[in-house]
Amino acid sequence: MDLATVIFYVFVLITLGSAAVVVVSRNIVRAAFALLFTLFGVAAMYAFLMADFLAVTQLLVYVGGILVLLIFGVMLTNRQISVDIKTGTVQTWLAALIVAALGGTLAGIVWSTQWNILSQPPAETAGAPKIGEMFLGSYLLPFEIASAVLLVALIGAALIARRERTS
Amino acid sequence: MDDILTWLEHPGLTHFLLLSVLLFSMGLYAILTRKNAIMVLMGIELMLNASGINFIAFGRYSTGTFDGQVITVFVIILAAAEAAIALAIVLNIYQTFNTVNVDEINKLKD
Repeated sequence: MDLATVIFYVFVLITLGSAAVVVVSRNIVRAAFALLFTLFGVAAMYAFLMADFLAVTQLLVYVGGILVLLIFGVMLTNRQISVDIKTGTVQTWLAALIVAALGGTLAGIVWSTQWNILSQPPAETAGAPKIGEMFLGSYLLPFEIASAVLLVALIGAALIARRERTS
Repeated sequence: MDDILTWLEHPGLTHFLLLSVLLFSMGLYAILTRKNAIMVLMGIELMLNASGINFIAFGRYSTGTFDGQVITVFVIILAAAEAAIALAIVLNIYQTFNTVNVDEINKLKD
């Protein structure tokens, strides 16, 4: 087993272990910080898949943006910040059953399907120039729509969050 | 047994697909069991990340093009928009009901 494989499994363990903490921890703040390590591990997976641009984007947008937003949400929606911020769970056994059935089915499909795998992996090139060309080429319309959606969503979010209560 | 050992030694498409299956299942479990709306959001983020791993893994091993990466950029864009909107709604719900537990919010109006 060479070094790259060992590092790969270390990052897989980090990702899955912290994801398990996110799912089962009763402390919301602890879950949010575990989510940080999960997102970091997923960025490492992108790097292993030679998606350098996506790995950096993942760190910037998820870790730098969405996670901070989630922690803001946690802090703003609890009455006391000093005491433990706990949260309960419901219907654990039924949910575990459903999730085990779904996960088992998906894993069986992944394991048994003969995937179309390239015999020669593509040459390792920098991703950002290629992605930029595709955004301004064949993906121009989705790109423009996505930017409009993002603008509308952020203005809408600011508007909804700032609405004063009339009562 | 030797098959599994050689499989473990060479990370390939199925490794990433199985990782994303596990992440997706955990996200779904969080959505189904959590009371707090923000924890439900974290479960959704886990599921979106799992889909991103799938897209990029297929792009690298199966098609050899950058389409998967472009789609993942769109997934990240939509995740950011979704998180912003959802947190604004959660803040409003908290102002109205003084709780963000999804099992206690069962009224359309105060």
